[in-house]
Amino acid sequence: MLVNLSGLKNVGLEHFLIVGAILFSLGIYAVVTRKNAIMVLMGIELILNSANINFIAFSKYSTADLSGHLAAIFVIILAAAEAAIAIAIVLNIYRNFLTVNIDEIDNLKR
Amino acid sequence: MSLFDVAFYVLAFITVGSAIVVVSSKNIIYSAFALLFTFFGVAGLYVLLNADFIAVTQILIYVGGILVLIIFGVMLTTKAFDVPIKTETLHVGPAIVVTGAIMGTLFGVILKTRWFNVLNVQWDGTTKKIGERLMTDFLLPFEVASVVLLVALLGAVIIARREKVKS
Amino acid sequence: MNQNTLVLLASISLLLPFLGFVLLIFFGKKRLPRQGDIIETGFVLGSLVLSFIVFFNKILYFPEPIEWKFEWVNFGFVENWGEMKVTLGILIDNLSATMLVVVNVISSLVHIFSIGYMKDDVRYSRYFAYLGFFTFSMLGIVLTNNFFTMYVFWELVGVSSYLLIGHWYEKKSASDAAKKAFIVNRVGDFGFFVGIMIIWASLKTFNFGEVFAGIEQGKLSGGLLTAAGILVFCGAIGKSAQFPLHVWLPDAMEGPTPVSALIHAATMVAAGVYLTARTYAMMSADALTFIAYIGAVTAFIAATIAITQTDIKRVLAYSTISQLGYMTMSLGSGAYVAGFFHLVTHAAFKAGLFLGSGSVIHAMHHALHKIHDHHTDPQDIRNMGGLKKKMPITYYTFLIYTLAISGIPLTSGFLSKDSILAGAFAFGKLSGHVVIPLIGFFVAGLTAFYMFRLLILTFHGEPKRKDIFEHIHESPKVMVFPLVILAVLSLWFIFGPNPFDASTTWVEKYIHKPKSVVPHDQQFEFNLPKESVLVTEYEHALHEAHIPAMLLSLGMAGLGILFAFLTYQWGKISAEKVANALKPVYTFLKNKWYFDELYQNTFVLATLGISRFARWFDLKVIDGIVDGSAHLTKLWSFSVGKFDWNIIDGLVNLLAYITGFFGYITRLLQNGKVQTYIIYVVFAVIVLFYIFLG
Repeated sequence: MLVNLSGLKNVGLEHFLIVGAILFSLGIYAVVTRKNAIMVLMGIELILNSANINFIAFSKYSTADLSGHLAAIFVIILAAAEAAIAIAIVLNIYRNFLTVNIDEIDNLKR
Repeated sequence: MSLFDVAFYVLAFITVGSAIVVVSSKNIIYSAFALLFTFFGVAGLYVLLNADFIAVTQILIYVGGILVLIIFGVMLTTKAFDVPIKTETLHVGPAIVVTGAIMGTLFGVILKTRWFNVLNVQWDGTTKKIGERLMTDFLLPFEVASVVLLVALLGAVIIARREKVKS
Repeated sequence: MNQNTLVLLASISLLLPFLGFVLLIFFGKKRLPRQGDIIETGFVLGSLVLSFIVFFNKILYFPEPIEWKFEWVNFGFVENWGEMKVTLGILIDNLSATMLVVVNVISSLVHIFSIGYMKDDVRYSRYFAYLGFFTFSMLGIVLTNNFFTMYVFWELVGVSSYLLIGHWYEKKSASDAAKKAFIVNRVGDFGFFVGIMIIWASLKTFNFGEVFAGIEQGKLSGGLLTAAGILVFCGAIGKSAQFPLHVWLPDAMEGPTPVSALIHAATMVAAGVYLTARTYAMMSADALTFIAYIGAVTAFIAATIAITQTDIKRVLAYSTISQLGYMTMSLGSGAYVAGFFHLVTHAAFKAGLFLGSGSVIHAMHHALHKIHDHHTDPQDIRNMGGLKKKMPITYYTFLIYTLAISGIPLTSGFLSKDSILAGAFAFGKLSGHVVIPLIGFFVAGLTAFYMFRLLILTFHGEPKRKDIFEHIHESPKVMVFPLVILAVLSLWFIFGPNPFDASTTWVEKYIHKPKSVVPHDQQFEFNLPKESVLVTEYEHALHEAHIPAMLLSLGMAGLGILFAFLTYQWGKISAEKVANALKPVYTFLKNKWYFDELYQNTFVLATLGISRFARWFDLKVIDGIVDGSAHLTKLWSFSVGKFDWNIIDGLVNLLAYITGFFGYITRLLQNGKVQTYIIYVVFAVIVLFYIFLG
């Protein structure tokens, strides 16, 4: 595996991508390990943010137009919608199961 | 090392550090507040990338909307007074393995790939251009997004609404 | 007024009572004023008016029969048959026009009487509905021109009789009597049906006129013709309560008394006689002899039983049977007009007798009710006596009816009975069947005796029960009115100017014996027309027999009345002593010749025995075979089941076990927690990433 570290001398595209990758991995970790549904939600927000960083970075360094920005706007819109719905669902789950720990909600098994 | 670089590293540190706090904190309230810093950090990175409109939007929506929503969710679903607001974790081992694997993979890909990285445009202000493009090339997605928001609004209300007590 | 108008009026007269029935049965109880009795009575009165119009027009202006036909169904050409079709219609001749009036008069009077008699009854409205239904069915029998509708209305009459006998069905005896009447009638109707089928099969038509024409052409003759005649007469045996099927009529007295008057005295039971008169032309000599003997035997048996009965209605019931036997005998012996004449006169005075007894029972019932006595039978003549003072109108009308049925001059009964006896006399003389006139005269005496016994025990002498007597009152006007009308109808001047000569009456003038269509070799020789003389031998003998028969019958009746007065009024002869002296005979008569017991022990028990045997056979043999096959099937199924269970299922189960094993292994991956799945997904993504990019 040949890794070209020359581009890392000055802050450029790769730096932003790496920040995004780290955020993404942390998001996955949160989604997988946390029992609380709201923590899972936060993990998802992290993942979405990492994606947005990539969009903006590519928009500046690779395409030089605003398409990335627009994609980011739509991602933010969907994130807002998703958060609203998710919180509503979580509240509903809490009402029905009296818990938000998703490992206790294993109806999928039955 | 230019000022730009310094700013980047500071912001990256804030972002990644607070994100680690988010995922590792036992207290869910701490996690929520750490997330606030993550969002600010990301917004700062946007500014570095000349995306002023996106940065503002990020702060408005994520910090002002989603985070508040999440904190409300926490408050509504936790018995805050008698039990400490802790979240437990499960299968940490497999998670670390998988997360590490995906992070390594991503790093490998990012560093190995020769990106088309020559341009480094500077915009004076993106808001007007984004507005123009939204009203021309991206009109349809824009309208669809508005419908999605409306439906999500209604859906959230319907799902979260307390059902009338029957009998 | 032309023929079509007449047919139309007759049809309306037929349908009016039915309309009343429909109205009352649906709306009577709740919707109609006075539960609709006025409406039904009004309809029947309308029908009466129409029938009078039809009657006078027919008699005076249309000497020929009026017939209106329509084709009901046409099956087209049928193999071995020809064109198969059924034509129905209405026939108005003098016979049916007279009968129309008789039925409507009696029906109207009974309707009026019932308004008083059935007052406060539980099923008042339904009672009137059924009366209307009966009137409709009876008029149908009268007006039909074919065997087909005749049979239909015949059964409808049976049904309405059943419904009315069982009107008080809470009483077990009433519902039993209703069933008995219906079942016994069915026996006769079966014969009737077979007779109709013989006619249909050999002549291919139901229409009376066409049937007679076909017989005249010789399409049906010999033994089959006699059989058809006797089988059709079987229907009359059932309906007219002739021996041996007379047992239902006395029991039918369980019905309300006006019903007894209408159905079981005046009209329905006369339907059998009417049927015999209708089909008279096709009766061969053998069939006529059979009919005459059946009638004579019936008249005799019933008259003897009537002497010993103590229930006022049962005496009248047996008297009815006896008189019906008279009519049948008369038809059989060739006195066609006399038989029908007696039907008409009998309808009036017997209906009167029944309504009179109804009036008495009504009074008795109310008296018993007043003194709170619910055990005494209000119909038993041994509890009556002396009612003459309390119920004068009922008494005097009753007296007139009794004189009429006994055949005393100045009454209608004298005219008709005299003709019957003259006919029987001539018949016995010419054919050698002497038994028939002998029975005829003897029964005339018996009739006078038991009728005056009834009259004396009920109305004369001292009251047997003072307590009841005090509360007896004359019946209300609405009940007395029909009695008076019927009493007037029982007098001679209704029928003819001369009280001693039946040949001057309009009945003899307008109703003629139909010309027989039977082949000559199957007729009585004395009925055949001779070339040299104008009248047949029979008519000649009839004319000669008139005076002797009249004197003899008067003598017999006088003797009967004398004995009745000697025994019951003046006490010169003790009834108990006579009964004790003739103990076996008395018991025999008292028990109605043991007919009920006989039928119970033979037919009913035999039927039950056969049913039991059939049940046993069904249970043991049929069920045994079924069970045996079931056992075989079970055994076979069991072995198949074993094979299926062990080998087929074994294979299937093996497959299932294999599947289950893999399922068990994969299930370890599925723990129902979403996050575990996410780990799998991410892991898979990484793997795919390396596969495609690495």
